[in-house]
Amino acid sequence: MENKVPTATYYAWLPFVTLLRKEILRFWRVASQTLLTPIITASLYLFVFGATLGERLSVLEGFSYAQFVIPGLILMGVINNSFANTSSSLFMSRYLGGIVDLLVTPVTPPQFILAYTLAAMLRGSLVGTVVWAISTLFADLPWHAPLLAILMAMLASFLFAQFGLIAAIFAHNFDTLSMYSNFLILPLIYLGGVFYPISILPQPWEKLSYLNPLFYLIDGFRHAIIGVGDTSFTVAFGVSGAIALLLFCWAAWLIGKGYRLRS
Amino acid sequence: MTKALEIENLSKSFAGVPAVKNVSFAIEKGEIFGLLGPNGAGKSTTINMIAGVCRVGDGKISAFGYDNQRDYRFTRRMLGVVHQEIVIDNFFTVDQALKLHAGYYGVKDDPDWRQLLIERLGLGPHLGKVMIKLSGGLKRRFMIAKALIHKPQLLILDEPTAGVDVELRHGLWDFVREINRQGTTILLTTHYLEEAEQMCDRIAIMNHGELIALEQTHELVRRLSNRQLRFWLETPLLELPVEFNDYRPQLQDDGHELLLCLPSGESAGALLKKVCALGLDVRDIETDQSGLEEVFLQLTGLREGAGGE
Repeated sequence: MENKVPTATYYAWLPFVTLLRKEILRFWRVASQTLLTPIITASLYLFVFGATLGERLSVLEGFSYAQFVIPGLILMGVINNSFANTSSSLFMSRYLGGIVDLLVTPVTPPQFILAYTLAAMLRGSLVGTVVWAISTLFADLPWHAPLLAILMAMLASFLFAQFGLIAAIFAHNFDTLSMYSNFLILPLIYLGGVFYPISILPQPWEKLSYLNPLFYLIDGFRHAIIGVGDTSFTVAFGVSGAIALLLFCWAAWLIGKGYRLRS
Repeated sequence: MTKALEIENLSKSFAGVPAVKNVSFAIEKGEIFGLLGPNGAGKSTTINMIAGVCRVGDGKISAFGYDNQRDYRFTRRMLGVVHQEIVIDNFFTVDQALKLHAGYYGVKDDPDWRQLLIERLGLGPHLGKVMIKLSGGLKRRFMIAKALIHKPQLLILDEPTAGVDVELRHGLWDFVREINRQGTTILLTTHYLEEAEQMCDRIAIMNHGELIALEQTHELVRRLSNRQLRFWLETPLLELPVEFNDYRPQLQDDGHELLLCLPSGESAGALLKKVCALGLDVRDIETDQSGLEEVFLQLTGLREGAGGE
């Protein structure tokens, strides 16, 4: 029988572009939650550490405390929002059943991961950029190697976008999901040298800090901005890159298999 | 000729419990095919495996000649699925969601086609509403529009009218018939057996994960249903003659009405002769044929209620 329903022309790239667009629209529609709230939070940190306590503190010779802490606060915004975007979007899809709408489409696992990741990186970058813009009210950053700083921020965003996907797949409910950010990411960020250089810590805390993957991201990013760090930029980038690759492979495997997505 | 859908030896278990057991059937292009069965029969699992929501356990599924695992990018473009559960994304309006869904399938938005679906499904006044604001019936209609937006060649409807009022059900089925006439193949499950009987060219019945019947709808009903003959008698019959034991006899209206079930293969004329031969004075006679529901209950061993999965 001849099909009189108009025939469709297919474009292999379109599922990816559409999913990316949908993911961007998703966080844009609730910008007050996804963009404004983290920006206000980061601004409060900037005010506390940049304008009030910052004037009385000095942790690194040659730099004000605000100059030291701002790179960490920017990266914290990037990390938290990249994680929140992939984890909440995918988990909500799983939880509310909307994931089925994607599972029946020709969206391939690489397109799926890439779309979710790029949207998360965009949100992370937007928050990071606004936090940096606000930070200029409190201190001027030396911008030692701006391209490397952007590269490090993108790597951090990519890494946490992957982690968000993995967390969303394994989370059983909203409580489990918030545990990842409250009991894992937040302590690792705080202990990873956002507010202090780990060199001022007594042993064994200094050595233990080297086991914290967040330390390499924060230190590498700060190193690229102020030109000084607890470890070399190469080591920081190498370790962070290896972790990002590992998480990407894990996320790709889970999504490729449809683990906890397809029954 | 390539089939719209071909399923070979399909099996699936969940935690060691078989849900679908070695099911095979094929659907011709342009057909309306009904997949029926009681709760837990394995219909939705089968449909989910076809659609890609559920991994195939064992066996093979091909749509329009393409393997649905190896060539999933081709097969999924050709399928449109209306899920049993209402699946919506509360972030988007009806219009935005329809445009996005075309894109997921790699199809650019076709405003004419989208407008046609909107009009035929009565979604026009609700285009700017987010999903959560839609009534249950509108959500169902939106789901059908969403499944058709990429112009699939095979439309899978998994109980699309569950919980939908009569008027909307009729409207939906009219629309399904219309797109079928235009060449779209339909696979549907419904627990409204009368509708399945009216809609489907062929019907497969599943029970306990197995396919227990697969025939042309009218053949299935003719072969397995019981025709019942009702005789109105001038003189009441006080006791049932033993000659009627094979006909599941019943007496009603103080013996003025005699009901006999006509076995498959025996004509109503032959039974009338038997009744007259016993000296019963027949004033009037009526025959009625039980439908798919009776066949369904008989095959699945259910006597009360037939529901969806």
